[in-house]
Formats: sequence, structure tokens, C-alpha cells
Amino acid sequence: MLELKNITKIFNANTVNEKVALNDISLTLEDGDFVTVIGGNGAGKSTMLNAIAGTFPVDGGQILIDGTDITKLPEHKRAKFIGRVFQDPMTGTAADMWIEENMSLAINRGKKRGFTWAIKNNDRELYKQMLKRLDLGLEDRLSTKVGLLSGGQRQAITLLMASMNDPKLLLLDEHTAALDPKTAAKVLAITREIVEENHLTTIMITHNMQDAINHGNRLIMMNAGKIILDIKGEEKKALTVESLLEAFHKTSGSAFASDRALLG
Amino acid sequence: MGLLNAMPGAAAQGLIWGIMAIGVYITFKVLDLADLTVDGSMVTGMAVCAMLMAAGWNVWPAMLIAVLAGMGCGLVTGLFHTLMGIPAILSGILTQLILWSVNLKIMGKANQALPARTFDVLISQLEKYHALVILALFCVVLVTLLYCFFGTKFGAALRATGCNEKMARAQGINTDMHKVVGLALSNGVVALSGALMAQYSGKADINDGRGAIVIGLAAVIIGEAIIGKMPQNYIVRMTGVIVGGIVYYVVYQTVIFLGLDTDLLKMLSALVVAVFLAVPHLKKTYFNKPRKKEVSKNA
Repeated sequence: MLELKNITKIFNANTVNEKVALNDISLTLEDGDFVTVIGGNGAGKSTMLNAIAGTFPVDGGQILIDGTDITKLPEHKRAKFIGRVFQDPMTGTAADMWIEENMSLAINRGKKRGFTWAIKNNDRELYKQMLKRLDLGLEDRLSTKVGLLSGGQRQAITLLMASMNDPKLLLLDEHTAALDPKTAAKVLAITREIVEENHLTTIMITHNMQDAINHGNRLIMMNAGKIILDIKGEEKKALTVESLLEAFHKTSGSAFASDRALLG
Repeated sequence: MGLLNAMPGAAAQGLIWGIMAIGVYITFKVLDLADLTVDGSMVTGMAVCAMLMAAGWNVWPAMLIAVLAGMGCGLVTGLFHTLMGIPAILSGILTQLILWSVNLKIMGKANQALPARTFDVLISQLEKYHALVILALFCVVLVTLLYCFFGTKFGAALRATGCNEKMARAQGINTDMHKVVGLALSNGVVALSGALMAQYSGKADINDGRGAIVIGLAAVIIGEAIIGKMPQNYIVRMTGVIVGGIVYYVVYQTVIFLGLDTDLLKMLSALVVAVFLAVPHLKKTYFNKPRKKEVSKNA
């Protein structure tokens, strides 16, 4: 499904601030995999997701989706295969546009955008049905500016949008980190529903170890631009926060740097 | 009495500036880019229209070529910005300077007369009421066309590009392409207003575009103030901008009538725009009362 082959990304190369953000990373995802990613700040989690999404070119290696090499494809062309939700709820939607307009932007992802109306009446019905399932009362607010909604509502809509038009891959970059605990739990539940219903291959970064354990069928831990742990299947089901921390000490030989990961 | 007599003329010129301001609105508000090309592309529209008509062309094809030339100006700025990575504001300044030379070359001199008595122009200051009607029709058609355009998939993608670039790219929108198209469209509209201005005033002059961007911004800002809290769709917003252009020009004529030194007019225009552009910042910095709800959330 998704294949990363020896991906390397170096920021500020050949300067004193040189930072190897991704160090020869290789990763293969099977169809329908739900991978959670944990690791301290600066471990390379977001960089990996952005490399897959094409936010910047990588310095080495190859990225393949279903066997197609997308390494050289610009970000907006990769979007055809990839749905994304960002950490900042403001990032995933266009604040000055209506809910229905935002959704129509998503439903045309990867399609040619010509000079036909962006929204037709039967589209509205579809959007209403989709919104209704979020159970946030948004189905009657199609022509509300997204900027007027709360962070949780915006993330939920972004999730819906990311799942539209059958993406091959869903990338979630700490998409609950900016929300209060109650809203975060709700958005996570919606995430789970959407992923299961659409059988989406998903990568979810989280700072919360318990969330990483509870969700998905595979867990990877990153440190200093490398994948240092990769736990799947039965072994993952048996994980606890303690055993995860212990495994981390063993593999990296250092204490887990991030307090947020411990406390979360 | 003199002032009242000047009003139809002021309104007609205001409509022309209103059309220009629609061009500014497309870049400044829809695309969220400050595009300074307009000072040049307005004159390009004037020069192309005037020269073609002087060469015996019919007014309609002459205006069409003028619009296309304006779109070409926007294209250059767009490519400077996207392909070469030059900040939008600098790209516009560079194109504006290029256009100074280009416009001189188009006209072969600093100005070109286009007297309504000799040429079959659409509008002229000699027949102000006639000009008002024709210009109003132009505005209606332009606003309708743009409204429809913003409602298409392509137009929605262009608006998304201006609203949230990161999101737009994540939704598969080629943001660079849409910026270039938006800049071309904007400067095409500006050149149209230039072509109309050349006919109305009976001349094209290399200096006529100076400060056009400021007048455009003024019209956009006045327009926003006028529509205020009215329900906003693009028809209302763009109509507001055109009315803003009229208001600007009527005020302009009035202060001239009241005997203000005309040398100071450009400075005053710029200062008025500066004050209004500062309003959002001033509100945020000095008049911001944090709401209780937000405070407790952040704590």
C-alpha cells in the first residue's frame, strides 16, 4: 500500500543548524493498516507525514503508494491519494468559506475543477447526511462560515473532508492535541468510526501513549529521525504505557525525553 | 451649483474607478495578495485601447485587446511570484516598473489623445449621463460574471487558495496556478477600467495610473464599511466596492471644489487608506477585551 524506502530529510543542510529530521527511514504499510506514531518532540513524526504528503521534497529515498512512485509528485497532485488532518484546527478548513463550500472543495480532491457549479442541490443532501453522523448539529448549518465553529467541530469536519473521495491514505498529525480532553475524545471516536467505515489506511501521530495503544493495529515509535520500535498485531494488543516506556529505554538507551508523552 | 453640476461626472469616473477596484478586490481580498501591478496595468489598458482606436480599430476589439494585455501584465506578476519565488508585493512593483517602459513604447510618447469628436468611443465626458448608463451596465455585467465565476469549482478553488493555502493544497488545489490566474483576471479587469477611462477622458497618459492601487484599496475599504453587517454574498460585496469607488470620487471632487490644494490629494488619499487599513490592528491591540470564556479555556 504505502512504501517508504530509505527516506532522508535534512533541514538547513551544510549550516550550523543542520538537522537530520529523517534518517534513512523505511516503512511498509499494508492495506487497511492503522498505524499510531509516538515519539518525543523533534523525533521526526510530523516530518515523516509531511514528506509523505509532499509538503517539501525529500533529500533521498522513494515514496510509493500502491506501487506508484510519488516521490517527485507535487503536494497538490498527491492529495488525490491522501486525506489529511492537521494539529491546528484552523489549518484543515477555509475559515471564510461555508461548511458546504469546504466540503465541496474536498469532494473534488484529485478531480479536475472546471467551470461547473461547485455545489448542486443533491450535493447538499449528501453533505447533510455526512454531517448528521457527526452528531454535532452541523447538518442544519451548511451555509455557516467554518470560521465561526469551535476547534472540535472544525476538526470533525476536516476529518469528514479528508475521508471524502476515497483516499488511499489518511494522515492525522496530532489532530486532537489542540482540543480539550472531552472534545479530543469525541474527535478520536469519530476518527475511529470514519477509518473503520471506509477501511482507510491510516497513520496517526499522537502525543498520548494511551491513545496510541488503544487505537490501530500497529504502533511505531520514533526517535532522532529513526523508527526505533514497530509493534503489530497481538503484541500491540498486550501493550501498556509501562511496557512501552521500558521498550523505549531498551532500544534507545535513554530516558524518554518528552514529559508530554509521559503525562499524556 | 457648480458642485452639483460636477456630480454626474464624478459618479461616472467613480464607476470607472469602481471597476478598477473590483480588480483590486480580486487580489487583495479574494486571493489575499497585495498586487501593485495595477498602477501599470491600468495605463496599459488605456494605452492599448487608445493606440488601437487611433489606428482605426473599432472600440470593442480595441477594448478586448486592452483587457488581454492587462491579463498579460498579471501573468507576468504571477510568474514572478510563483515560478521565481519573489514576494507578491515585490513582483507587482517589478512588473509596474516594466510596464512604465512598455506603456511608453506602446504609445511611442507620454500620452495619446483620443478625442470623442474624432473617434467613435463608447463613453465620453462630453455626454455624462450617457456615460453613466453605459458604465452602470458594464458594472452589472462584470459583477454578474464574477459572481458566477466564484461559484464554479474553479472559482471556489481560487477562493480557497486565498483563504487557506495549506488547506487548499491538501485538497489537491494547485495554488500557484490559481494565484497566477487570479492575478491575470484582476489585471484584466483593471485594464478594462483603463480602456474605459481613456475613452471617457479622451486621452491616455503615462502618469494616469499613479496611485491607482491606493484608490482601489480606498474603494474596497469604503465598500466594506458601507455593506457593514448586511448579509454578504459576492454580489453584495462587489457592489459595495463599486459604490466605494463612487463615494471616493464624489468626496474627491467635493474637496477639490472646496478649494483644497490638489497637490495634497494623493497624500490625503494615502493617509485615509492607511488609517482604515490600520483599524483591524488597532482594534486588536488597544480595544481588545478578552472574553471570560476564552480566558478560562486557555488557563
